[in-house]
Amino acid sequence: MAKTIRAAPGDAPVTPELEQAAARAKSRRGFLISLPAYVYLVLLFAVPLVLVLVYSFASRSSTGLTLLEDWNMGSYRRLFSPLVAEIAVRSFVLATLTTLICLLVSYPFAYYIATRSARARNILLVMVMIPFWSNFLVRTYAWRVILGTDGFVSQISRLFGGEEIRVLFTNTAVLIGLVYGFMPFMVLPLYAAIERLDWGLVEAARDLYANGWTAFRKVTLPLSMPGVVAGSILVFIPSLGAYVTPAILGGGRTTLLGDYIVSQFLTARNWPFGSALSIAVMAVMLLATIFYFRAGAKTL
Amino acid sequence: MAEAAVELVDVRKQFGDDVVAVDSLDLTIEDGEFFSLLGPSGCGKTTTLRMIAGFEFPTQGSIRIHGAEMGLMPPNERPVNTVFQSYALFPHMTVFENVAFGLEMQKVAKADVESRVRRVLDQVQLSQRAEAKPSQLSGGMQQRVALARALVNEPEVLLLDEPLGALDLKLRQNMQLELKDLQSRVGVTFVYVTHDQEEALTMSDRIGVMSEGRLLQVGDSQDIYERPRSRFVADFIGEINIIEAEVTGARIAKLANGAEVGIPEGHPPNGAVALALRPERLALHRDGESVPDGRNRLRARITRRTYYGDVFYYDVDVGLGEVLEVKEENRPEIGTHDIGDEVTVSWSVDAANLVSE
Repeated sequence: MAKTIRAAPGDAPVTPELEQAAARAKSRRGFLISLPAYVYLVLLFAVPLVLVLVYSFASRSSTGLTLLEDWNMGSYRRLFSPLVAEIAVRSFVLATLTTLICLLVSYPFAYYIATRSARARNILLVMVMIPFWSNFLVRTYAWRVILGTDGFVSQISRLFGGEEIRVLFTNTAVLIGLVYGFMPFMVLPLYAAIERLDWGLVEAARDLYANGWTAFRKVTLPLSMPGVVAGSILVFIPSLGAYVTPAILGGGRTTLLGDYIVSQFLTARNWPFGSALSIAVMAVMLLATIFYFRAGAKTL
Repeated sequence: MAEAAVELVDVRKQFGDDVVAVDSLDLTIEDGEFFSLLGPSGCGKTTTLRMIAGFEFPTQGSIRIHGAEMGLMPPNERPVNTVFQSYALFPHMTVFENVAFGLEMQKVAKADVESRVRRVLDQVQLSQRAEAKPSQLSGGMQQRVALARALVNEPEVLLLDEPLGALDLKLRQNMQLELKDLQSRVGVTFVYVTHDQEEALTMSDRIGVMSEGRLLQVGDSQDIYERPRSRFVADFIGEINIIEAEVTGARIAKLANGAEVGIPEGHPPNGAVALALRPERLALHRDGESVPDGRNRLRARITRRTYYGDVFYYDVDVGLGEVLEVKEENRPEIGTHDIGDEVTVSWSVDAANLVSE
């Protein structure tokens, strides 16, 4: 059809063709608006991801060059080696602990914020976000000072006549750093979920003979589950792949998934294996996320 | 006589330093009674209900339920249940789980919970929807779940906070009848909060009218409607004409337009009084029609006619500054009047009520 149909308001009665043309124009406008984001995501996210996927099937020359030939599954077979399993388990345990501690500490705090007056709430929320205004690296280095041999923790211990405690370069230090770094990601979704809770429901539970704790368990907690799920994902995933915090506070003594992958690219020069590791970690995270969302959604 | 179901003695509730929600409230609600607290929003009726439920504690005063002082007892220990305005059904539980909640909290045996929930769901005709989530139900059904969830606990007193407010008119009228039926069947004391005067008038055994934190008048529907004691009560419930007058003799007062009218007994020996007259108690007469004895009469001119289907409302000018509103039935034998007609408006001397400020 040569004739272009334009949807012009007010100069002709509506026909099915005009109505469809208007709908198409609307969808085209929607696409144009999102074009910058599309370009950005495709260039910087989708393309590199495909590259990583391709590299994971490539082979490595004896000098550490990646050869885009001899496609094989070798790198993936290596994922099942005891070393990788050990590192993965350690990373999972650490990420799980980080998530649990964040959740236990953040829930009461988010609850506290959500139940303040509007003014106090805003102040508290800004305080939660203040750390974001300074560099994460700098803040993590600050923990080195606090946890070091002559640090704050040791000084407190000595003050009470105890021995000097060196937390730095242990798994505990890494855990402290991760909890510290990711806590706001737990607090904010929890706050959002608790804040929009209908307190009338809690009153209803109290009216129906539930004491405060039971009302919390039966009503508040299940209804704030979306916040728990979102916060846990936001903390667990970056914890699992954390690189900076373990590198600075762990002192490279224990290897985690993050630094293991980095070392494959930078030190071992085994890009195919590093790529396979990355893909595997992403796949596991994706599955875990889907499973977690499903489980979380069921409670609603 | 049985012990009162609810007693409030000199109850006062203050929020912050200067907001007094309820003041000097004395009220006794009898066992098995359908009692309504009626008033405009912000009059303190909901706060009063919330104090009985235990969601708020009075700043001062005593609340007793069947003789037991409530003091600072939390809601879960009080022998009352509430039907909330927005129903407050638990969205993550089924209808059955919602209704069973109270019984489970009271550690009722599982088999009993099952049978009691089934029975009460039968009563509100929702047994078919026991496994549905509240969001899958219509407003009217949700309302009945809320009712069932409270009633299943067999509370000594059921508190209802504008439970029909969210329903559309037809459904609301049906539910009014159902609620009233239900109440007389189960015999539980209902304390019903509403701003809807018609709801209060049609359902209640007694009504308490509240305004600005104070209980102005308590009485049965007819008391409240026919014999309002204050201008507020007269004005809030139904339509009313208020006529200012000056007492000039025994049962005689002079209006602002100079006319003298008869007034009911109980007026002060002299000074100003206010007469409250319902529009349906006023009658219009064409010139030449006879006016029965014992009625006050004023010359009037029709200034507006409004058609409501079953009735006509007329605004008539009697030279008092404000017009009087007259309500006449839409019946052929009464006939209608046109704007500009000169007529006589009359009312029986005892139809007027003397109201205070």
